[in-house]
Amino acid sequence: MAELTIDVVRSLVIILALMTGMAYMTWFERRVISRLQVRIGPNKVGWFGLLQPLADAIKLFFKEDVVPSTADRLLYPIAPAIALFAALAAFAVVPLGPTISAGGLEIPLQVADLPVGLLYLLAASSLGVYGLVIGGWSSGSKYSLLGGLRAAAQLVSYELILGLSLVGVVIVSGSLSLGQIVEAQARSVPFILLQPVGFVLFMIAAIAETNRAPFDLPEAETELVAGYHTEYGGMRFAMFFIAEYVNMITVSAVASTIFLGGWWAPFFPGPHWLFIKMLLFLFLYVWLRATLPRLRYDQLMRLSWGVLLPLGLVNIAVTALVVVLLG
Amino acid sequence: MLESFGPVAIFVVVAAIFPILPLVLGSLIAPKKPDRVKLQPYESGMETIGPTHIQFRTRYYLYALIFVIFDVEAIYLFPWAVALDQLGLFGLIEMGIFIAFLLVAFAYAWKKRALEWE
Repeated sequence: MAELTIDVVRSLVIILALMTGMAYMTWFERRVISRLQVRIGPNKVGWFGLLQPLADAIKLFFKEDVVPSTADRLLYPIAPAIALFAALAAFAVVPLGPTISAGGLEIPLQVADLPVGLLYLLAASSLGVYGLVIGGWSSGSKYSLLGGLRAAAQLVSYELILGLSLVGVVIVSGSLSLGQIVEAQARSVPFILLQPVGFVLFMIAAIAETNRAPFDLPEAETELVAGYHTEYGGMRFAMFFIAEYVNMITVSAVASTIFLGGWWAPFFPGPHWLFIKMLLFLFLYVWLRATLPRLRYDQLMRLSWGVLLPLGLVNIAVTALVVVLLG
Repeated sequence: MLESFGPVAIFVVVAAIFPILPLVLGSLIAPKKPDRVKLQPYESGMETIGPTHIQFRTRYYLYALIFVIFDVEAIYLFPWAVALDQLGLFGLIEMGIFIAFLLVAFAYAWKKRALEWE
């Protein structure tokens, strides 16, 4: 019974933390991007604008619930829920810290250290594409349909790279469990040093998977209005938005865990180290958005199939060769 | 090994409740004043011309096909990567042959310009 309680409470705490983190990621992004564009950004609602996410959430709750007359009655409402569900579910295998003991109970700071953690992560996060495609198709708008199609082609192209970029790490660590990958890095060095090519591939693919600039073609406002969520408003739009930000947080957590050693650090290891490392990646996201122009669609496809896919295979071959020859 | 999926199942259930909650709340709070013009799909302020669900280009379909081939390959790579230190040189050569076969198919698709976006 105690175990069940721990599981439920831990799941609730992690998901609430993700939601709060997502809300403050929007604040962080707006503040940082304002500075990069020589503006000030939201600073009126609360101290340093810290209540701005709350104000935005309340506004979205009271927005009118518009369902276009061409929309599919069943699929249109559930598409954003699918996107958010996939984004949240993927976080289950991320190790947040070592096992702590409180009140005589041993509480691992991770939902579950699955032996196939990496595969679970890839599988759960790739469910999100259904939300985007179904949302784009069921809206019954041409812009939405085009956005949904683009999302499908882009996400499948880069999901491949995401998978291949992680094979090198698996070869080096000899495990698919994220907990053991952290341990392997604690024994040697952070894998960013052993797998620099894998790291770069992972980051490019992950940014494309989260539909963030410069890979935000499915929602390119200059040509597709808002892409797959053109017809969504109010809470339903908010869910797509939340899903995108939760995905960014998950990617940052996974990148920190796999390539930077996660919660482990030479001194005072713990969840705070994971948080600091995640902030680096979240800042990188904002920085890239402020700096890079959006890719053209043919460039996007050529980059994935012509450059990143061969590079990923070469990375695996070289890693495997080195590991086998050096024993 | 299987019992470690229990907490994940609980997490997934909680993760499924969270998207449903705001949808229900939103539909209770949000005002509803539909009219004909408001419910039209957005098309730059014009009346919608023609059906939306038309046939679209087959390019997308080719990407999907090649994706399936390589994604299955990636799935084979993961268990191989975990066990590589035991498989040694033999495993390396075997996987090399497997990938070489796929690369032939990839080169064919490349030559046929299946992966070029015009």
